[in-house]
Amino acid sequence: MSTGQTQRPIRCLVAKVGLDGHDRGAHVIARAFRDAGFEVVYSGLHKSPDEIVQAAVQEDVDVLGISILSGAHNTLIPKIVDGLEEYDAFEDTLIILGGIIPEEDRPELEDQGVGAIFGPGASMEETVEFVRENAPER
Amino acid sequence: MSGEGDKNGNGTEPKSESTRDDRSELLEDLLAGNHHALARTITKIEDRAPGYRELVSDLHEHTGNADVIGITGSPGSGKSTLVDRMAERYRAADLTVGIIGIDPSSPFTGGAVLGDRIRMSSTTGDMEVFFRSMSARGSLGGLSTATADAVKALDAFGKDRVIIETVGAGQNEIDIVKTADTVCVLVPPGSGDDVQMLKAGILEIGDLFVVNKADLDGADRTVVELREMIEGRSDRLSTLDAGHHDQGERGDRNGAAGKASEGTATGAHTGESSGDGPVTAVREEGTDGSSENDEPEPWTPQVLETVAKSGEGVEGFLETLTAHREYLETSGRLERQLRHRYAEEIRALLREDSSALVEDELAARGGIEASLDRVMAGETDPYTVSEAVIGPLRECIEDRREEE
Repeated sequence: MSTGQTQRPIRCLVAKVGLDGHDRGAHVIARAFRDAGFEVVYSGLHKSPDEIVQAAVQEDVDVLGISILSGAHNTLIPKIVDGLEEYDAFEDTLIILGGIIPEEDRPELEDQGVGAIFGPGASMEETVEFVRENAPER
Repeated sequence: MSGEGDKNGNGTEPKSESTRDDRSELLEDLLAGNHHALARTITKIEDRAPGYRELVSDLHEHTGNADVIGITGSPGSGKSTLVDRMAERYRAADLTVGIIGIDPSSPFTGGAVLGDRIRMSSTTGDMEVFFRSMSARGSLGGLSTATADAVKALDAFGKDRVIIETVGAGQNEIDIVKTADTVCVLVPPGSGDDVQMLKAGILEIGDLFVVNKADLDGADRTVVELREMIEGRSDRLSTLDAGHHDQGERGDRNGAAGKASEGTATGAHTGESSGDGPVTAVREEGTDGSSENDEPEPWTPQVLETVAKSGEGVEGFLETLTAHREYLETSGRLERQLRHRYAEEIRALLREDSSALVEDELAARGGIEASLDRVMAGETDPYTVSEAVIGPLRECIEDRREEE
Protein backbone atom coordinates (compact mmCIF):
# COMPACT_ATOMS: atom_id res chain seq x y z
CA MET A 1 0.00 0.00 0.00
CA SER A 2 1.65 3.13 -1.16
CA THR A 3 0.55 6.05 0.91
CA GLY A 4 -0.41 9.52 -0.19
CA GLN A 5 -0.51 8.67 -3.88
CA THR A 6 -4.11 9.39 -4.70
CA GLN A 7 -5.68 12.41 -3.11
CA ARG A 8 -8.47 13.74 -5.13
CA PRO A 9 -10.59 16.70 -4.16
CA ILE A 10 -13.83 17.25 -6.04
CA ARG A 11 -13.35 19.89 -8.75
CA CYS A 12 -16.16 22.35 -9.42
CA LEU A 13 -16.79 25.18 -11.81
CA VAL A 14 -19.13 27.80 -10.41
CA ALA A 15 -20.46 29.67 -13.40
CA LYS A 16 -22.43 32.82 -14.05
CA VAL A 17 -23.89 32.80 -17.51
CA GLY A 18 -25.58 35.42 -19.62
CA LEU A 19 -26.64 38.95 -18.82
CA ASP A 20 -27.05 38.53 -15.12
CA GLY A 21 -24.96 40.52 -12.72
CA HIS A 22 -26.17 38.98 -9.48
CA ASP A 23 -23.25 36.98 -8.20
CA ARG A 24 -23.73 36.97 -4.44
CA GLY A 25 -25.19 33.48 -4.57
CA ALA A 26 -22.34 32.24 -6.74
CA HIS A 27 -19.79 33.71 -4.34
CA VAL A 28 -21.47 32.15 -1.32
CA ILE A 29 -21.63 28.74 -2.92
CA ALA A 30 -18.03 28.99 -4.12
CA ARG A 31 -16.92 29.65 -0.56
CA ALA A 32 -19.05 26.87 0.83
CA PHE A 33 -17.55 24.45 -1.69
CA ARG A 34 -14.07 25.62 -0.86
CA ASP A 35 -14.68 25.15 2.85
CA ALA A 36 -16.01 21.68 2.10
CA GLY A 37 -12.58 20.88 0.65
CA PHE A 38 -13.48 21.19 -3.02
CA GLU A 39 -11.37 22.89 -5.64
CA VAL A 40 -13.47 25.66 -7.04
CA VAL A 41 -12.95 27.52 -10.28
CA TYR A 42 -15.12 30.62 -10.55
CA SER A 43 -15.98 31.76 -14.06
CA GLY A 44 -16.56 35.44 -13.39
CA LEU A 45 -19.59 37.36 -14.59
CA HIS A 46 -21.39 37.58 -17.92
CA LYS A 47 -19.97 34.48 -19.54
CA SER A 48 -21.44 33.01 -22.69
CA PRO A 49 -22.43 29.34 -22.82
CA ASP A 50 -19.39 28.68 -25.03
CA GLU A 51 -17.09 30.17 -22.46
CA ILE A 52 -18.62 28.06 -19.72
CA VAL A 53 -18.15 24.97 -21.85
CA GLN A 54 -14.55 25.88 -22.55
CA ALA A 55 -13.83 26.31 -18.86
CA ALA A 56 -15.62 23.11 -17.86
CA VAL A 57 -13.77 21.07 -20.49
CA GLN A 58 -10.32 22.52 -19.87
CA GLU A 59 -10.57 22.37 -16.11
CA ASP A 60 -11.99 18.85 -16.34
CA VAL A 61 -14.41 19.55 -13.50
CA ASP A 62 -16.55 16.92 -11.84
CA VAL A 63 -19.28 19.40 -11.10
CA LEU A 64 -20.60 22.35 -13.05
CA GLY A 65 -22.69 24.64 -10.88
CA ILE A 66 -24.55 27.27 -12.86
CA SER A 67 -26.22 30.24 -11.26
CA ILE A 68 -28.96 31.93 -13.26
CA LEU A 69 -31.25 34.60 -11.94
CA SER A 70 -32.14 36.20 -15.24
CA GLY A 71 -34.86 33.79 -16.31
CA ALA A 72 -32.96 32.76 -19.43
CA HIS A 73 -32.27 29.22 -18.22
CA ASN A 74 -34.39 27.57 -20.92
CA THR A 75 -32.15 29.11 -23.59
CA LEU A 76 -28.78 28.91 -21.87
CA ILE A 77 -28.81 25.43 -20.34
CA PRO A 78 -29.41 23.54 -23.60
CA LYS A 79 -26.54 25.44 -25.20
CA ILE A 80 -24.19 24.45 -22.39
CA VAL A 81 -25.34 20.83 -22.50
CA ASP A 82 -24.80 20.71 -26.28
CA GLY A 83 -21.34 22.21 -25.91
CA LEU A 84 -20.32 19.68 -23.27
CA GLU A 85 -21.55 16.88 -25.53
CA GLU A 86 -19.53 18.28 -28.42
CA TYR A 87 -16.36 17.90 -26.33
CA ASP A 88 -17.28 14.48 -24.86
CA ALA A 89 -17.50 16.04 -21.42
CA PHE A 90 -21.25 15.77 -20.75
CA GLU A 91 -21.20 12.19 -19.50
CA ASP A 92 -18.83 12.78 -16.63
CA THR A 93 -19.94 16.20 -15.49
CA LEU A 94 -22.60 16.65 -12.85
CA ILE A 95 -24.61 19.76 -13.69
CA ILE A 96 -26.38 21.55 -10.89
CA LEU A 97 -28.37 24.73 -11.17
CA GLY A 98 -29.07 27.50 -8.71
CA GLY A 99 -31.07 30.69 -8.81
CA ILE A 100 -34.61 31.57 -9.73
CA ILE A 101 -35.99 28.62 -11.68
CA PRO A 102 -39.79 28.37 -11.82
CA GLU A 103 -41.26 25.03 -10.77
CA GLU A 104 -42.81 24.37 -14.20
CA ASP A 105 -39.44 24.66 -15.99
CA ARG A 106 -37.69 22.14 -13.78
CA PRO A 107 -38.73 18.80 -15.31
CA GLU A 108 -37.61 19.91 -18.75
CA LEU A 109 -34.20 21.04 -17.45
CA GLU A 110 -33.74 17.83 -15.51
CA ASP A 111 -34.57 15.86 -18.68
CA GLN A 112 -31.80 17.71 -20.45
CA GLY A 113 -29.29 16.56 -17.89
CA VAL A 114 -29.40 18.93 -14.93
CA GLY A 115 -28.75 16.79 -11.86
CA ALA A 116 -30.41 19.04 -9.30
CA ILE A 117 -31.85 22.51 -8.92
CA PHE A 118 -31.34 24.54 -5.80
CA GLY A 119 -33.66 27.51 -5.44
CA PRO A 120 -33.91 30.19 -2.78
CA GLY A 121 -33.80 28.69 0.68
CA ALA A 122 -31.69 25.69 -0.22
CA SER A 123 -29.13 25.11 2.50
CA MET A 124 -25.40 24.94 1.94
CA GLU A 125 -25.17 21.62 3.73
CA GLU A 126 -27.79 20.15 1.44
CA THR A 127 -25.99 21.35 -1.66
CA VAL A 128 -22.55 20.20 -0.51
CA GLU A 129 -23.96 16.83 0.51
CA PHE A 130 -25.64 16.40 -2.85
CA VAL A 131 -22.38 17.13 -4.66
CA ARG A 132 -20.44 14.72 -2.46
CA GLU A 133 -22.88 11.93 -3.14
CA ASN A 134 -23.40 12.54 -6.83
CA ALA A 135 -20.05 13.74 -8.15
CA PRO A 136 -19.16 11.28 -10.89
CA GLU A 137 -16.69 8.52 -10.08
CA ARG A 138 -13.56 8.74 -12.11
CA MET B 1 -10.28 2.06 -32.04
CA SER B 2 -6.68 1.04 -31.71
CA GLY B 3 -4.85 0.94 -28.42
CA GLU B 4 -3.14 -2.44 -28.63
CA GLY B 5 -0.75 -1.01 -26.13
CA ASP B 6 2.45 -2.53 -27.49
CA LYS B 7 3.49 0.61 -29.31
CA ASN B 8 4.51 2.32 -26.12
CA GLY B 9 4.62 -0.66 -23.87
CA ASN B 10 8.30 -1.53 -24.04
CA GLY B 11 10.36 -0.94 -20.99
CA THR B 12 7.41 -0.25 -18.71
CA GLU B 13 6.23 -2.55 -16.01
CA PRO B 14 3.53 -5.00 -16.98
CA LYS B 15 0.13 -3.46 -16.41
CA SER B 16 -3.32 -4.88 -16.70
CA GLU B 17 -4.49 -4.84 -20.29
CA SER B 18 -7.41 -2.51 -19.72
CA THR B 19 -5.27 0.15 -18.06
CA ARG B 20 -2.87 0.00 -20.91
CA ASP B 21 -5.58 0.30 -23.53
CA ASP B 22 -7.16 3.26 -21.79
CA ARG B 23 -3.82 4.87 -21.58
CA SER B 24 -2.80 4.58 -25.19
CA GLU B 25 -6.28 5.60 -26.24
CA LEU B 26 -5.99 8.71 -24.10
CA LEU B 27 -2.55 9.40 -25.51
CA GLU B 28 -3.72 8.99 -29.08
CA ASP B 29 -6.69 11.26 -28.51
CA LEU B 30 -4.43 13.85 -26.94
CA LEU B 31 -1.98 13.73 -29.82
CA ALA B 32 -4.90 13.98 -32.23
CA GLY B 33 -5.88 17.27 -30.64
CA ASN B 34 -8.80 16.23 -28.45
CA HIS B 35 -9.28 18.84 -25.72
CA HIS B 36 -11.09 16.53 -23.38
CA ALA B 37 -8.23 14.02 -23.59
CA LEU B 38 -5.73 16.77 -22.75
CA ALA B 39 -7.84 17.89 -19.80
CA ARG B 40 -8.22 14.32 -18.58
CA THR B 41 -4.49 13.71 -18.93
CA ILE B 42 -3.72 16.71 -16.75
CA THR B 43 -6.29 15.50 -14.22
CA LYS B 44 -4.55 12.13 -14.07
CA ILE B 45 -1.25 13.88 -13.57
CA GLU B 46 -2.67 16.07 -10.83
CA ASP B 47 -4.37 13.18 -9.08
CA ARG B 48 -1.43 10.88 -9.57
CA ALA B 49 -4.04 8.45 -10.73
CA PRO B 50 -2.98 4.87 -11.44
CA GLY B 51 -1.06 4.74 -14.70
CA TYR B 52 -0.14 8.42 -14.77
CA ARG B 53 3.57 7.66 -14.72
CA GLU B 54 3.39 5.49 -17.79
CA LEU B 55 1.28 8.16 -19.44
CA VAL B 56 3.81 10.90 -18.75
CA SER B 57 6.59 8.60 -19.83
CA ASP B 58 4.77 8.05 -23.14
CA LEU B 59 4.30 11.79 -23.54
CA HIS B 60 8.01 12.44 -23.23
CA GLU B 61 9.00 11.65 -26.82
CA HIS B 62 6.41 14.11 -28.12
CA THR B 63 7.72 17.04 -26.11
CA GLY B 64 10.34 19.68 -26.74
CA ASN B 65 8.55 22.02 -29.11
CA ALA B 66 7.00 24.55 -26.78
CA ASP B 67 8.63 27.66 -25.35
CA VAL B 68 7.91 27.51 -21.64
CA ILE B 69 7.58 30.81 -19.80
CA GLY B 70 7.17 31.13 -16.05
CA ILE B 71 5.45 34.15 -14.54
CA THR B 72 5.70 34.76 -10.84
CA GLY B 73 5.19 37.66 -8.48
CA SER B 74 3.42 38.73 -5.34
CA PRO B 75 -0.38 38.68 -5.14
CA GLY B 76 -1.85 41.69 -6.93
CA SER B 77 1.20 42.36 -9.07
CA GLY B 78 -0.88 41.73 -12.18
CA LYS B 79 0.28 38.29 -13.27
CA SER B 80 -3.05 37.11 -14.58
CA THR B 81 -3.69 40.30 -16.48
CA LEU B 82 -0.26 40.18 -18.10
CA VAL B 83 -0.74 36.52 -18.99
CA ASP B 84 -4.05 37.44 -20.59
CA ARG B 85 -2.29 40.07 -22.70
CA MET B 86 0.41 37.61 -23.67
CA ALA B 87 -2.15 35.04 -24.78
CA GLU B 88 -3.91 37.71 -26.81
CA ARG B 89 -0.71 38.70 -28.67
CA TYR B 90 0.34 35.11 -29.23
CA ARG B 91 -3.04 34.31 -30.71
CA ALA B 92 -2.78 37.35 -32.97
CA ALA B 93 0.50 35.87 -34.22
CA ASP B 94 -1.31 32.57 -34.79
CA LEU B 95 0.49 30.74 -32.01
CA THR B 96 -1.35 28.29 -29.77
CA VAL B 97 -1.13 28.78 -26.04
CA GLY B 98 -1.31 26.60 -22.95
CA ILE B 99 -1.52 28.18 -19.51
CA ILE B 100 -1.25 26.64 -16.07
CA GLY B 101 -2.46 28.90 -13.27
CA ILE B 102 -1.45 27.78 -9.80
CA ASP B 103 -3.24 28.90 -6.65
CA PRO B 104 -2.68 27.95 -3.06
CA SER B 105 -5.12 25.65 -1.30
CA SER B 106 -6.25 25.71 2.29
CA PRO B 107 -4.03 23.57 4.48
CA PHE B 108 -7.06 22.85 6.67
CA THR B 109 -9.74 21.69 4.28
CA GLY B 110 -7.71 21.19 1.11
CA GLY B 111 -10.27 23.42 -0.59
CA ALA B 112 -9.30 26.19 -2.95
CA VAL B 113 -10.80 28.92 -5.06
CA LEU B 114 -8.85 29.02 -8.29
CA GLY B 115 -9.33 32.53 -9.54
CA ASP B 116 -6.76 33.13 -12.26
CA ARG B 117 -9.16 32.12 -14.94
CA ILE B 118 -11.38 35.15 -14.36
CA ARG B 119 -8.75 37.49 -15.76
CA MET B 120 -8.47 35.59 -19.00
CA SER B 121 -11.00 37.79 -20.69
CA SER B 122 -9.28 38.60 -23.99
CA THR B 123 -9.12 35.08 -25.31
CA THR B 124 -12.05 33.49 -23.56
CA GLY B 125 -14.05 31.28 -25.88
CA ASP B 126 -10.95 30.56 -28.00
CA MET B 127 -10.22 26.87 -27.56
CA GLU B 128 -6.68 27.33 -28.89
CA VAL B 129 -5.91 28.89 -25.53
CA PHE B 130 -5.97 26.06 -23.03
CA PHE B 131 -6.13 27.39 -19.49
CA ARG B 132 -5.87 25.02 -16.58
CA SER B 133 -6.04 25.91 -12.91
CA MET B 134 -4.08 23.81 -10.45
CA SER B 135 -3.99 24.00 -6.69
CA ALA B 136 -1.16 23.21 -4.35
CA ARG B 137 -3.22 20.46 -2.65
CA GLY B 138 -0.93 20.55 0.34
CA SER B 139 1.50 18.28 -1.46
CA LEU B 140 4.56 20.43 -0.92
CA GLY B 141 7.23 19.67 -3.44
CA GLY B 142 4.98 17.36 -5.43
CA LEU B 143 3.42 20.31 -7.16
CA SER B 144 6.51 21.15 -9.14
CA THR B 145 6.60 17.60 -10.47
CA ALA B 146 2.91 17.75 -11.36
CA THR B 147 3.41 21.13 -13.03
CA ALA B 148 6.34 19.90 -15.07
CA ASP B 149 4.29 16.90 -16.15
CA ALA B 150 1.30 19.07 -17.06
CA VAL B 151 3.64 21.22 -19.16
CA LYS B 152 4.68 18.07 -20.99
CA ALA B 153 1.05 17.28 -21.74
CA LEU B 154 0.50 20.76 -23.20
CA ASP B 155 3.76 20.54 -25.13
CA ALA B 156 2.89 17.13 -26.58
CA PHE B 157 -0.57 18.42 -27.47
CA GLY B 158 1.22 20.90 -29.73
CA LYS B 159 1.01 24.19 -27.87
CA ASP B 160 3.57 26.68 -29.18
CA ARG B 161 3.79 28.63 -25.95
CA VAL B 162 3.23 27.34 -22.45
CA ILE B 163 2.88 29.80 -19.59
CA ILE B 164 3.12 28.82 -15.94
CA GLU B 165 1.65 31.38 -13.59
CA THR B 166 2.20 31.20 -9.86
CA VAL B 167 2.36 33.37 -6.76
CA GLY B 168 6.00 33.85 -5.86
CA ALA B 169 5.80 33.12 -2.20
CA GLY B 170 8.41 30.55 -1.34
CA GLN B 171 10.66 27.69 -2.26
CA ASN B 172 7.81 25.63 -3.61
CA GLU B 173 6.93 28.31 -6.13
CA ILE B 174 10.55 28.78 -7.05
CA ASP B 175 10.74 25.08 -7.85
CA ILE B 176 7.72 25.48 -10.06
CA VAL B 177 8.96 28.37 -12.15
CA LYS B 178 12.29 26.62 -12.51
CA THR B 179 10.53 24.25 -14.87
CA ALA B 180 10.24 27.16 -17.32
CA ASP B 181 12.82 28.15 -19.95
CA THR B 182 12.36 31.82 -19.23
CA VAL B 183 11.38 33.14 -15.83
CA CYS B 184 9.64 36.51 -15.43
CA VAL B 185 9.18 38.11 -12.04
CA LEU B 186 6.47 40.72 -11.66
CA VAL B 187 6.96 43.48 -9.15
CA PRO B 188 4.34 46.06 -8.28
CA PRO B 189 5.65 49.63 -8.05
CA GLY B 190 6.48 51.29 -4.78
CA SER B 191 6.84 47.99 -3.04
CA GLY B 192 10.08 48.38 -1.17
CA ASP B 193 9.26 45.42 1.01
CA ASP B 194 8.46 43.26 -1.95
CA VAL B 195 11.77 44.07 -3.52
CA GLN B 196 13.38 43.04 -0.26
CA MET B 197 11.45 39.80 -0.38
CA LEU B 198 12.80 39.11 -3.82
CA LYS B 199 16.22 38.67 -2.33
CA ALA B 200 15.13 35.39 -0.88
CA GLY B 201 15.57 33.23 -3.90
CA ILE B 202 13.43 34.82 -6.54
CA LEU B 203 15.95 37.43 -7.57
CA GLU B 204 18.35 34.71 -8.62
CA ILE B 205 15.97 32.95 -10.93
CA GLY B 206 14.44 35.89 -12.80
CA ASP B 207 15.48 36.42 -16.41
CA LEU B 208 13.12 39.33 -16.76
CA PHE B 209 11.80 41.63 -14.11
CA VAL B 210 8.62 43.41 -14.96
CA VAL B 211 7.47 46.40 -13.01
CA ASN B 212 3.81 46.15 -13.85
CA LYS B 213 1.25 48.84 -13.13
CA ALA B 214 4.02 51.21 -14.17
CA ASP B 215 1.53 54.08 -14.36
CA LEU B 216 1.40 54.14 -10.57
CA ASP B 217 3.64 56.26 -8.35
CA GLY B 218 6.93 54.73 -7.35
CA ALA B 219 7.42 52.70 -10.52
CA ASP B 220 10.64 54.47 -11.47
CA ARG B 221 12.07 53.98 -8.06
CA THR B 222 11.23 50.28 -8.08
CA VAL B 223 12.97 49.95 -11.44
CA VAL B 224 16.09 51.58 -10.05
CA GLU B 225 16.04 49.37 -6.96
CA LEU B 226 15.68 46.27 -9.06
CA ARG B 227 18.55 47.28 -11.32
CA GLU B 228 20.75 47.82 -8.29
CA MET B 229 19.91 44.41 -6.93
CA ILE B 230 20.54 42.69 -10.22
CA GLU B 231 23.96 44.30 -10.45
CA GLY B 232 24.92 42.35 -7.39
CA ARG B 233 23.41 39.04 -8.19
CA SER B 234 25.21 35.97 -9.37
CA ASP B 235 24.67 33.89 -12.45
CA ARG B 236 21.57 31.75 -12.33
CA LEU B 237 22.75 28.30 -13.25
CA SER B 238 26.02 28.49 -11.42
CA THR B 239 24.17 29.64 -8.34
CA LEU B 240 21.92 26.65 -8.63
CA ASP B 241 24.83 24.34 -9.21
CA ALA B 242 26.76 25.68 -6.29
CA GLY B 243 23.79 25.87 -4.00
CA HIS B 244 22.62 22.31 -4.42
CA HIS B 245 23.91 18.97 -3.36
CA ASP B 246 27.45 17.81 -2.92
CA GLN B 247 30.80 18.26 -4.51
CA GLY B 248 31.07 15.04 -6.46
CA GLU B 249 27.92 15.71 -8.31
CA ARG B 250 29.00 19.17 -9.20
CA GLY B 251 32.10 17.80 -10.83
CA ASP B 252 29.84 15.44 -12.72
CA ARG B 253 27.77 18.18 -14.12
CA ASN B 254 30.72 20.25 -15.18
CA GLY B 255 32.12 17.23 -16.93
CA ALA B 256 28.86 16.66 -18.69
CA ALA B 257 28.60 20.27 -19.73
CA GLY B 258 32.09 20.17 -21.11
CA LYS B 259 31.24 17.10 -23.13
CA ALA B 260 28.11 18.65 -24.50
CA SER B 261 29.99 21.68 -25.69
CA GLU B 262 32.16 19.61 -27.97
CA GLY B 263 29.14 18.99 -30.11
CA THR B 264 28.06 22.60 -30.41
CA ALA B 265 29.38 25.25 -32.70
CA THR B 266 29.92 27.97 -30.15
CA GLY B 267 31.48 25.84 -27.43
CA ALA B 268 30.12 28.32 -24.96
CA HIS B 269 29.96 25.90 -22.05
CA THR B 270 33.60 25.27 -21.45
CA GLY B 271 34.37 28.71 -20.19
CA GLU B 272 31.18 28.79 -18.23
CA SER B 273 31.98 25.78 -16.09
CA SER B 274 35.14 27.43 -14.95
CA GLY B 275 33.20 30.53 -14.00
CA ASP B 276 31.33 28.43 -11.52
CA GLY B 277 32.38 30.44 -8.51
CA PRO B 278 29.95 31.96 -6.08
CA VAL B 279 29.63 35.25 -7.93
CA THR B 280 29.87 35.73 -11.64
CA ALA B 281 29.86 39.33 -12.67
CA VAL B 282 26.85 40.29 -14.72
CA ARG B 283 27.95 41.83 -17.96
CA GLU B 284 26.19 44.39 -20.03
CA GLU B 285 26.71 43.04 -23.52
CA GLY B 286 25.14 39.67 -22.99
CA THR B 287 21.74 40.44 -24.44
CA ASP B 288 21.95 39.85 -28.14
CA GLY B 289 22.61 36.21 -28.78
CA SER B 290 25.77 34.69 -30.12
CA SER B 291 29.19 36.23 -30.24
CA GLU B 292 32.32 35.31 -32.12
CA ASN B 293 34.53 34.26 -29.22
CA ASP B 294 34.43 31.39 -26.77
CA GLU B 295 33.53 33.51 -23.79
CA PRO B 296 30.41 32.48 -21.95
CA GLU B 297 27.68 35.03 -22.18
CA PRO B 298 25.65 35.41 -19.04
CA TRP B 299 22.20 36.79 -19.68
CA THR B 300 21.77 40.22 -18.20
CA PRO B 301 18.38 40.22 -16.50
CA GLN B 302 16.20 42.89 -18.01
CA VAL B 303 14.02 45.26 -16.06
CA LEU B 304 10.94 46.35 -17.96
CA GLU B 305 7.90 48.47 -17.28
CA THR B 306 4.42 47.48 -18.34
CA VAL B 307 0.83 48.49 -17.80
CA ALA B 308 -0.79 45.15 -18.52
CA LYS B 309 -4.27 46.52 -18.15
CA SER B 310 -3.91 48.96 -21.04
CA GLY B 311 -1.38 46.83 -22.91
CA GLU B 312 1.36 49.46 -22.64
CA GLY B 313 4.85 47.94 -22.75
CA VAL B 314 3.54 44.47 -23.49
CA GLU B 315 4.99 44.49 -26.99
CA GLY B 316 8.46 45.27 -25.63
CA PHE B 317 8.01 42.61 -23.01
CA LEU B 318 7.26 39.99 -25.65
CA GLU B 319 10.23 41.15 -27.72
CA THR B 320 12.47 40.68 -24.71
CA LEU B 321 11.03 37.21 -24.21
CA THR B 322 11.95 36.42 -27.81
CA ALA B 323 15.42 37.86 -27.30
CA HIS B 324 15.90 35.66 -24.27
CA ARG B 325 14.75 32.65 -26.23
CA GLU B 326 17.28 33.42 -28.94
CA TYR B 327 19.95 33.83 -26.32
CA LEU B 328 19.05 30.45 -24.82
CA GLU B 329 19.30 28.74 -28.17
CA THR B 330 22.42 30.36 -29.54
CA SER B 331 24.43 30.29 -26.32
CA GLY B 332 23.74 26.62 -25.69
CA ARG B 333 22.14 27.62 -22.45
CA LEU B 334 18.87 25.96 -23.35
CA GLU B 335 20.53 22.58 -23.52
CA ARG B 336 22.28 23.16 -20.24
CA GLN B 337 19.05 24.17 -18.58
CA LEU B 338 17.35 21.11 -19.96
CA ARG B 339 20.05 18.83 -18.61
CA HIS B 340 19.78 20.52 -15.27
CA ARG B 341 16.00 20.16 -15.29
CA TYR B 342 16.08 16.48 -16.18
CA ALA B 343 18.60 15.91 -13.42
CA GLU B 344 16.27 17.61 -10.95
CA GLU B 345 13.35 15.64 -12.27
CA ILE B 346 15.10 12.32 -11.94
CA ARG B 347 16.16 13.21 -8.42
CA ALA B 348 12.65 14.26 -7.46
CA LEU B 349 11.25 11.00 -8.78
CA LEU B 350 13.89 9.01 -6.96
CA ARG B 351 13.10 10.82 -3.72
CA GLU B 352 9.42 10.24 -4.16
CA ASP B 353 9.81 6.57 -5.02
CA SER B 354 12.34 5.75 -2.38
CA SER B 355 10.25 7.44 0.28
CA ALA B 356 7.21 5.43 -0.86
CA LEU B 357 9.32 2.29 -0.73
CA VAL B 358 10.43 3.07 2.79
CA GLU B 359 6.85 3.86 3.84
CA ASP B 360 5.74 0.47 2.56
CA GLU B 361 8.55 -1.23 4.39
CA LEU B 362 7.65 0.62 7.57
CA ALA B 363 4.03 -0.41 7.21
CA ALA B 364 5.06 -4.02 6.63
CA ARG B 365 6.97 -3.88 9.89
CA GLY B 366 3.95 -2.88 11.90
CA GLY B 367 3.69 0.80 11.00
CA ILE B 368 4.89 3.93 12.66
CA GLU B 369 2.49 3.66 15.59
CA ALA B 370 3.99 0.41 16.84
CA SER B 371 7.47 1.92 16.68
CA LEU B 372 6.25 5.05 18.44
CA ASP B 373 4.90 3.02 21.30
CA ARG B 374 8.28 1.46 21.76
CA VAL B 375 10.06 4.80 21.54
CA MET B 376 7.68 6.30 24.08
CA ALA B 377 8.21 3.36 26.39
CA GLY B 378 11.94 4.01 26.24
CA GLU B 379 12.68 0.69 24.59
CA THR B 380 14.25 2.16 21.50
CA ASP B 381 14.99 5.49 19.77
CA PRO B 382 14.20 7.03 16.38
CA TYR B 383 17.64 6.34 14.94
CA THR B 384 17.41 2.65 15.74
CA VAL B 385 13.93 2.43 14.27
CA SER B 386 15.09 4.09 11.09
CA GLU B 387 18.07 1.78 10.80
CA ALA B 388 15.88 -1.27 11.38
CA VAL B 389 13.79 -0.31 8.36
CA ILE B 390 16.53 0.92 6.07
CA GLY B 391 19.24 -1.60 6.97
CA PRO B 392 17.69 -4.63 5.21
CA LEU B 393 16.87 -2.48 2.17
CA ARG B 394 20.46 -1.34 1.95
CA GLU B 395 21.73 -4.89 2.23
CA CYS B 396 19.42 -6.03 -0.57
CA ILE B 397 20.68 -3.26 -2.80
CA GLU B 398 24.31 -3.95 -2.01
CA ASP B 399 23.89 -7.66 -2.75
CA ARG B 400 22.19 -6.86 -6.01
CA ARG B 401 24.90 -4.42 -7.04
CA GLU B 402 27.60 -6.99 -6.38
CA GLU B 403 25.78 -9.53 -8.53
CA GLU B 404 25.75 -7.09 -11.41
